[in-house]
Amino acid sequence: MNSGDSTTDVREPLLKMTGLRIEGQAGERWNEIVRGVDVVLHRGEVLGLIGESGAGKSTIGLAAMGYARPGCRLSGGDIVFDGMELRGAPEDRKRDLRGVRIAYVAQSAAAAFNPAHRLIDQFAEAPVHHGVKSRAEAEADAKDLYRRLQLPYPEQIGYRYPHQVSGGQLQRAMTAMAMSCRPDLIVFDEPTTALDVTTQIEVLAAIKDVVRHLDAAAIYITHDLAVVAQMADRIMVLRYGDLVEEGTADQIINRPREKYTRELLAVRTYRKPDAGPPSEAPLLRIEGVSARYSRSARVLEDVDLEIGRRRTVAVVGESGSGKSTLARVITGLLPPEEGRIFFEGEALPPALPGRNREMLRRLQMIYQMPDTALNPRQRLRDIIGRPLAFYLGLTGRKREDRVRELLEMIELDPDDFIDRYPTELSGGQKQRVCIARALAAQPDLIICDEVTSALDQLVAEEILKLLQRLQDELHLSYMFITHDLATVRAISDEIVVMLQGRIVEQGARNDVLTPPHHEYTNLLLSSVPEMKIGWLDRTLAEREKRRARGEQVMESADR
Amino acid sequence: MQDALRLLGNSPWSARLGMLVVLFYVVVAIFAPVLTPYGESEIVAAEYEPWSSEFLLGTDNLGRDMLTRLIYGARNTIGIALITTVLAFLIGCVAGFLAATLGGWADQAIGRVVDVLMAIPQLIFALLILTIVGTAIPILVVVIAVLDSTRVFRLSRAVAMNIVVMDYVEVARLRGEGLWWIMRREVLPNALPPLVAEFGLRFCFVFLLLSALSFLGLGIQPPTADWGSMVRDNATLITFGDFTPILPAASIALLTVGVNFIVDWFLHQTAGLKDE
Amino acid sequence: MTQILTMVAQRLALGLLTLFVVSLIIFLGVELLPGDLTQAILGQAATEETVAAFRRELKLDLPPHERYVAWLGGILQGDLGHSLANKRAITELMGVRLWNTLFLAFISAAVAVPLALGLGILAALYRGTPYDRAVNIVTLSSISFPEFFVAYILILVLAVQLGWFPSISNIGEELGFWERVYRSILPALTLTLVVVAHMMRMTRAAIINLMASPYIEMANLKGLPRVRIIVRHALPNALAPIINVVVINLAYLVVGVVIVEVVFVYPGLGQLLIDAVRTRDIPVVQATGLFFAAAYILLNLTADVLSILTNPRLLHPR
Repeated sequence: MNSGDSTTDVREPLLKMTGLRIEGQAGERWNEIVRGVDVVLHRGEVLGLIGESGAGKSTIGLAAMGYARPGCRLSGGDIVFDGMELRGAPEDRKRDLRGVRIAYVAQSAAAAFNPAHRLIDQFAEAPVHHGVKSRAEAEADAKDLYRRLQLPYPEQIGYRYPHQVSGGQLQRAMTAMAMSCRPDLIVFDEPTTALDVTTQIEVLAAIKDVVRHLDAAAIYITHDLAVVAQMADRIMVLRYGDLVEEGTADQIINRPREKYTRELLAVRTYRKPDAGPPSEAPLLRIEGVSARYSRSARVLEDVDLEIGRRRTVAVVGESGSGKSTLARVITGLLPPEEGRIFFEGEALPPALPGRNREMLRRLQMIYQMPDTALNPRQRLRDIIGRPLAFYLGLTGRKREDRVRELLEMIELDPDDFIDRYPTELSGGQKQRVCIARALAAQPDLIICDEVTSALDQLVAEEILKLLQRLQDELHLSYMFITHDLATVRAISDEIVVMLQGRIVEQGARNDVLTPPHHEYTNLLLSSVPEMKIGWLDRTLAEREKRRARGEQVMESADR
Repeated sequence: MQDALRLLGNSPWSARLGMLVVLFYVVVAIFAPVLTPYGESEIVAAEYEPWSSEFLLGTDNLGRDMLTRLIYGARNTIGIALITTVLAFLIGCVAGFLAATLGGWADQAIGRVVDVLMAIPQLIFALLILTIVGTAIPILVVVIAVLDSTRVFRLSRAVAMNIVVMDYVEVARLRGEGLWWIMRREVLPNALPPLVAEFGLRFCFVFLLLSALSFLGLGIQPPTADWGSMVRDNATLITFGDFTPILPAASIALLTVGVNFIVDWFLHQTAGLKDE
Repeated sequence: MTQILTMVAQRLALGLLTLFVVSLIIFLGVELLPGDLTQAILGQAATEETVAAFRRELKLDLPPHERYVAWLGGILQGDLGHSLANKRAITELMGVRLWNTLFLAFISAAVAVPLALGLGILAALYRGTPYDRAVNIVTLSSISFPEFFVAYILILVLAVQLGWFPSISNIGEELGFWERVYRSILPALTLTLVVVAHMMRMTRAAIINLMASPYIEMANLKGLPRVRIIVRHALPNALAPIINVVVINLAYLVVGVVIVEVVFVYPGLGQLLIDAVRTRDIPVVQATGLFFAAAYILLNLTADVLSILTNPRLLHPR
């Protein structure tokens, strides 16, 4: 509705950024984080920006609003929005555009909503302030948009405070808020990254529907190529602040030209060969385990599980499924309320202090965030060397040699790395060090808690391959806790699906992944975005068809 | 961040000034006997002599040389404040780390005791206790150290809490490491920067509290030279427009300003490191 | 709502408990008095009878728990006991002085709080500018000054050299309001100067912390003007930290009063406390000490309760 009064040619692009350069401050120096990128966006078009961390995609998205975060500056190029130059334009001029003609949807809606005001007040703020709508019109419009975005109780939900609604709902409310002035352009900055997959598909559907309905142009920023394939007409692949490749969604997904794009596309195709049924007695057996954190409701309910030697058991579930609690119970950090745990047929004492050093040695753990799992004040020599001294009594020369051996095993050059601190490593290298530290104890079982979720996709893939190689060489068993079904497909022998503290389905990988599934497994599997154009529309249509046939279709807990 | 960094680039003059001041005080304190023309409590002339070549800053209410007392004051006041702060840190850090690492009832118990101790204003508490048990220097040191350790406890516990939740501490626990090892090797090295800054601030606070007590006549007792009591003893001169009695107070102020400048710069420095 | 009430009730109960423990500590402190200290207080010349009378006065002949109950019971009924020095009722001694102290604290706070909040918020908004840096250096220096340093400089300049104000704040009931204000200006100014620096620094830090929140960035990206962002988005969330800053500094002021009163010979509670400490007039020390502690605890309690009451997450539970 705002584009009507503009006098520019309709064929002119809505947004044209040429030779965009953005610098970020590091200490005294300014480093270029976006190096001369051209972005063109036409009315009603959805442009996907994709790349790994450090690609500069969010920075470019914000630059489209003439905005640079504190510590960044728009150092070069032109940003022309509907004939207006935004770089260097006075603040109040940009202010007249922001919220009205260009809107922003942030990654974490929970942080981006002001905790002190109701959702609908925050919705109405921009239209009322910019004089687009009256307060009453804005409220009525909010309810319409909430309904369109399939929020529950659209008439009432706006009168709640941000902390009173769930994450997926907040993300939809934020999309509604961005729509409040019917902008010509909306910047979506990883809007579904923080959500569970079954919630993500619903939010994606809602966003797609409303963008199409209002005929707005959008910039959709994400690190997930499968997601952007569903949302975008055109895709730009970015890396280290440079453009790698640009094309229609179909070109990028089906006929990529650049090697980097092909790597990103291939990222979820790795498969471990089938292992067949487990041969010997299980290494770890869990019988009827239930657990709770002090005074809260039970988070684990009657869990039975076996992990065989040289096997990888993937425990998959969404947030709140109890999968990480299960790891805490096994390690002894949270003694179970009921049930027992056997290691090689021998009952493990329930609490950590009751276990002897040998028991602790044989069971190691690797964490999600390698940043917090390594003490920043210790050198790799000490980090990896400590378990060697502690469990195996290695000292001096012997210890040093073994640390070097372990570094080689995880493909880091010992001469280069042994004296480094964790802050001098990349994310993937840190995770490798965590693996080496676990290996130093010569364990039988390693619990991997979301070990790849904090890493970029290509790096994550490397880590998975490394873990697989180590399993083959060292005959390790893994318990692989994850929410990511692609990881499950890649590395597991057996799969355990958890929902609200219970196991809903478990069995060999192919048995679980091929139908018929448990209802929840089905929901989970069908919600994982596939690297195919039109997957989202097909999946939603399929679900709709089943509903029409009168079948019960499970929905995410968020609805 | 940008502004903090720009500030960092510009602030070293204040930090450098602070270091110069502290260095000067340390030298004066150490070489006090060499630098002073007279003995610490030696009565050398009549009361309230004006400034002269013989008595550079005049004499005090008992006829002792003002400059000599000022120099010895550096030694006594700073020395006692330093010992007190170190003691407060020993008590506070050990208790804070223990509370954070052990958690549970130990944390609760220590926490409640500290809450009560902190609920009483320090100066009032110190006055109460000193009335009852007297003002001998060892008592003074212990009383103030114990009171001040509550503040150190709060900070060291808070800092340690942020460290204890890190996965690397859980790794050490799962490995079977003992409490002492975890506190010394995992917690302490990461808690050091904020604690160093806090040491500077606590020193200033202790130093000011001691001076206040002395000023009130309840701190360091005569004939030991001390800046707080020097101000009090000679305050009458001020009403005659003589600013000599303010000099010891200015000495206190200059030192705390110096330390604060250093701490301020240090905090910016470590905050900048964190941002990278 | 019930959640909030329980939390407030909890804090109040905790405050009462703290007060009780503090009274116990103040009382038991006297228990530490060893036998010969009675003598030390009264001097070597004291006869058996005076020692016995002294012990009776402090009720040292009764078992401790009975004495504590009697003491606390007396306080609750408004009887604080009698001074050892001049045998007068402590309630009578404290009466006027209490009002004088509150008067001084009030006029200092009335100037300091708005001044500090205003300057602090400005420093946060103009962060990194020369104004901000100047403020940083000045406040950093002034929090480093001992109260008596500031006080004597003011006396030297404003009272002795310029002769604008009296150097001794001799106030009494017979004076009119403005005359009292006039005579209290120097002590009030000293307190204000000391407290403003602290309060400003804390306000600035709280606001800067707040302005870094993602919802402030969101408000920016909605194209809202700066004033509206501050008033609508920052301020409601800044209330809790600001209340905290104010109350902590008021509590600080209550303590700072003691030294300032001594410097200006201001007839307040602080002066009374110090005199009592010097003469080891233990019942008076206990009573005034308890008062200062109670004021301090009460202020901190207020901060706690107010920050609960202004937290939207608690005000509007799920």
